[in-house]
Amino acid sequence: MLYINCPHCGMRSQNEFSYGGDASVKRPELNKEVSDQEWDNFVYNRKSLRGKHLELWQHISGCRQWIKVERDTATHEIFRTFKADEEVA
Amino acid sequence: MNQAFRIENSGLINRDKKLSFKFNGKTYFGYEGDTLASALLANGVHLVGRSFKYHRPRGFFGAGVDEPYAVVQLYRNGETEPNIKATEQELFEGLEAKSVNCWPSVNFDIGAINNFLRIFLPAGFYYKTFMWPKSFWYRIYEPFIRKAAGLGVASIKHDKERYEHKYEYCDLLIAGSGPSGLASAYAAAKNGAKVILAEDKPRFGGSLLTSDVNIGNQSGKDWAEGIIAELKTMPNVVVKNRSQIFGYYDHNMLVMSEKVSDHLPTTRKYHPNKRLWYIRAKEVLISSGSIERPIVFGNNDTPGVMLSSAAKEYLKVYGVLVGRKPLVFTNNDSGYETAIEFKKHGVDPVVLDSRKNPESEIIDEAKNLGINIKNSYVVVAAQGYKKVKSADIASISEDKKQLGKIENIECDCICVSGFWTPTIHLASQSGNKTKFKEEIDAFVPGQSKQNEITLGAANGVFTLEETLKTSFEAGSELSKKITENDNEIAIPNVVEKKSSQHDKFWCVPLPKGKNYKRFLDFQNDVAVSDIEIALREGYRSIEHVKRYTTLGMATDQGKTSNLNGLQLVSEIENKVVPAVGHTTFRPPYTPVSIGAIVGREVGKHSKPTRKSPMHSWHEKNNAVFVDAGVWLRPRYYKRGNENLFEGSKREAKNVRTNVGVCDVTTLGKIDIKGPDAAELLNRVYTNAWLKLPVGKARYGVMLREDGIVMDDGTTTRISENHYHMTTTTAQAANVLSHLEYYLQLVWPELNVNVVSTTEQWAGAAIAGPKSRDLLQKLFPNSDVSNEGLPFMGYMEGDLSGVKARIFRISFSGELAYEVNVESDYGNFMWEKIMEVGEEFNIQPYGTEALSTLRIEMGHVAGSELDGRTIPFDNALEGLVSKKKDFIGKRSLQRSAFIAEDRQRIVGVVPLDKQTSIPEGSHLVKDDKAPLPNPKLGHISASCWSVEYDNPFSLAILKDGKNMIGQKLFAMSPLKNKVIPVEIVSSHYVDPKGERVRS
Ligand SMILES: [Zn+2]
Repeated sequence: MLYINCPHCGMRSQNEFSYGGDASVKRPELNKEVSDQEWDNFVYNRKSLRGKHLELWQHISGCRQWIKVERDTATHEIFRTFKADEEVA
Repeated sequence: MNQAFRIENSGLINRDKKLSFKFNGKTYFGYEGDTLASALLANGVHLVGRSFKYHRPRGFFGAGVDEPYAVVQLYRNGETEPNIKATEQELFEGLEAKSVNCWPSVNFDIGAINNFLRIFLPAGFYYKTFMWPKSFWYRIYEPFIRKAAGLGVASIKHDKERYEHKYEYCDLLIAGSGPSGLASAYAAAKNGAKVILAEDKPRFGGSLLTSDVNIGNQSGKDWAEGIIAELKTMPNVVVKNRSQIFGYYDHNMLVMSEKVSDHLPTTRKYHPNKRLWYIRAKEVLISSGSIERPIVFGNNDTPGVMLSSAAKEYLKVYGVLVGRKPLVFTNNDSGYETAIEFKKHGVDPVVLDSRKNPESEIIDEAKNLGINIKNSYVVVAAQGYKKVKSADIASISEDKKQLGKIENIECDCICVSGFWTPTIHLASQSGNKTKFKEEIDAFVPGQSKQNEITLGAANGVFTLEETLKTSFEAGSELSKKITENDNEIAIPNVVEKKSSQHDKFWCVPLPKGKNYKRFLDFQNDVAVSDIEIALREGYRSIEHVKRYTTLGMATDQGKTSNLNGLQLVSEIENKVVPAVGHTTFRPPYTPVSIGAIVGREVGKHSKPTRKSPMHSWHEKNNAVFVDAGVWLRPRYYKRGNENLFEGSKREAKNVRTNVGVCDVTTLGKIDIKGPDAAELLNRVYTNAWLKLPVGKARYGVMLREDGIVMDDGTTTRISENHYHMTTTTAQAANVLSHLEYYLQLVWPELNVNVVSTTEQWAGAAIAGPKSRDLLQKLFPNSDVSNEGLPFMGYMEGDLSGVKARIFRISFSGELAYEVNVESDYGNFMWEKIMEVGEEFNIQPYGTEALSTLRIEMGHVAGSELDGRTIPFDNALEGLVSKKKDFIGKRSLQRSAFIAEDRQRIVGVVPLDKQTSIPEGSHLVKDDKAPLPNPKLGHISASCWSVEYDNPFSLAILKDGKNMIGQKLFAMSPLKNKVIPVEIVSSHYVDPKGERVRS
């Protein structure tokens, strides 16, 4: 079970969180013309990386904040975590 | 027999407490502190079971967790548990155990015929033999295998024992209380670290309990006792015996099973049977020791053949002689230690040493005691069927290829030592890259992936002096990092005998003309010949060899077999062992009770049960409940002998003619506040929300980004910047997360807050032509007329002093209202409604009637909004705004979603107006078409229309728009039904929606 550092609450076990997928995906702006390809990329196409991956988790049984987690998908190592509005450098 | 093999002046058992127990129906006696194995051995019982595949007689091979085959079926306090290692089960008064794997009895076992037919049962025999004909599988093969194989019988009774889970955090978790565990725990504890020390056995001390060493000025055993006593007094230390750490998971999470009650005749009141610990440790110290390795020789599975370390442990811990004429077969000095113990207790052993001229302090001591030692000698084969009677022995050439003349020597046990294998299971589970250590012919932990370190024998360090030194240092260093304390500890002097190099020899060649079975894996009956076959048949990867032969599988996880198997593969393949590599060690290290894994989450506790504030009223009024997600909801209120069909029909009918009340507390409720609340709603719902006036409700549909309908419900504008959203019961949690996702991540600029208020409000839906009259009586000071409270209107009311929210919304298609009060007043509200409603013939209605009412109205619910449908499919396209953007809108342009013959909701009526259509039935054009019959759609929901008094269903049908009036067939292969049907509008009752507005 992963041990995730919620930037709001501190170290918490994985069973307090729910997974939210790739955090690098940006939703196209509202009312903007979007090509089929662009929209497919947003809705469906994911890289499914092996290695370092920036992903979303929600601290669902805690502060309910969505957070960003930088995790290695192969080793499960977690490098850094960020608040929703924090810039990932 | 009365403990004829128990000796005086030895052992740590409590001879003041005699215990009686039964094995295979016969009564024996042992002492407190015995294991079932030691007590049986004290009584001279060596035959304990039959082997897995060949049903050969099985005895005791080890003395603890290393035991591969002495498993029994245990009976305790009216319960039975399979797969119990006799070497681990502590004796208690009244214990009962039986052999497994034998039928009809351990002494006469029909399956043992496999032993003589074993030419048919080589490696891969399951794969080869039982492949065909297919029809034989269920009738013949499976029942045969089930009866003949297996390691016991699981109980089918409800387990009345209680199991607990516990979560714990510590600085250092130490697995094993041998010398390295004790030293590191002590050093870390002295630095103030929070330490958990776990020992799987009842006694702490590990190898110190049996080895002849001194630490400081005391025996190893006394030193261990002193350390444990001191650790127990320290507030920052938890020491746990009978506790096996069996799994090492991600991020230093380890799981430990504590046997709280297994050593007692019954579980004490308020105590669990077992406690599962989830431990998150900053650092893990693995001091799990090592397991003695067998040497492979003919018939090496005969009862009476056992590890020399086990023989020593039975002698020193339990005061039991495993034989009176022991033969010790060794390739290193450990065998001598066992021989010396025998000699000291008046028994004359013979030692066969595969080495030519070994010299060491230990060997000198054996020689001085006058022990008969034969060098360059090996056991070729054990003789005796149910017990060792003698051994064929021979001298062996220096290259270990040629055997001398075979001699037979009488003996009643063979104690074998093929050197030591570090127990690296936990390290390997942690992701540690293990490495092969040539000097000890075994793998040891290498590069760590997590915060773990392996110490002592588990790390291939076999001298006490080095073990203590490195362990004190490691405990001290690791704790210092955490606590920043640095208390120096003097490392005590160690007196131990030096030993000499072991012989790199592990398997005795077969003598000419002999075909003895030489077992590698005792639990799974894997012999040398099986591995040879697997390799001959082309299996190369060790993982494949493992699966084909079952080597190192199952509960044993290769504890005694692993390295010998690898040696064999490497020899045949002409590779070095590290190139062959070892298979992955998987948790659990030892079997764990399913009960312990499940913990308290059984039966009603397997998930939370949520009840509405009116629940006790429903109970008192004969509600029959149904699980709705985690909620319990009344399905119908039973009157007399009514069944579900009759009851729900009565309730639904009463709604259509008079008035009914339904508990809708379970609906998800979300409170939405903030200046941008309307904007948020406008983006998440498909329809327009910016112009909803205060005091008005609106029905809304929300989509996922892929265009699929996520949920529906009404949202009401309570005040300027305050909305009350309702969701379906099932989607309440998901919708909240969905809103939070967009507010926190996508549109953080929106100034809105959302919070779940599902549990804050109790809800009652009042529906039926008389509902307004009832409502007026409930709220005499409010104007609830059609003008005062029009359809989709909202107002606050005073319910006999309780503030209430009144919504004019309808799910039933009738004139209807929903009243909410704060949860604590829910029951008050309900009783008030029932009391005032009496004159209007009010009846409560449950979910079944609720479904009937919505189905015949053509209102969609979860069975249509099933994660596969878009608004059009549900005839909700009128709610999809063309002007504004919203979540999922772009996806609605997908070609499949705008196809001409897109699926759509329809009504379905059986032609005979009699036969109810099973939900899930497929709609087809031709009921006689060959399979697979093209499916046009499926029945999503069925009811008995109370309006028309005939069955009515909803269906999602391909090209549904143009299918009205068509005749099709509803087929349910599950129910074996074919029903001719007509397709009609989904709005079966009141298609213009006049009633809700009346
Ligand atoms: Zn948090």
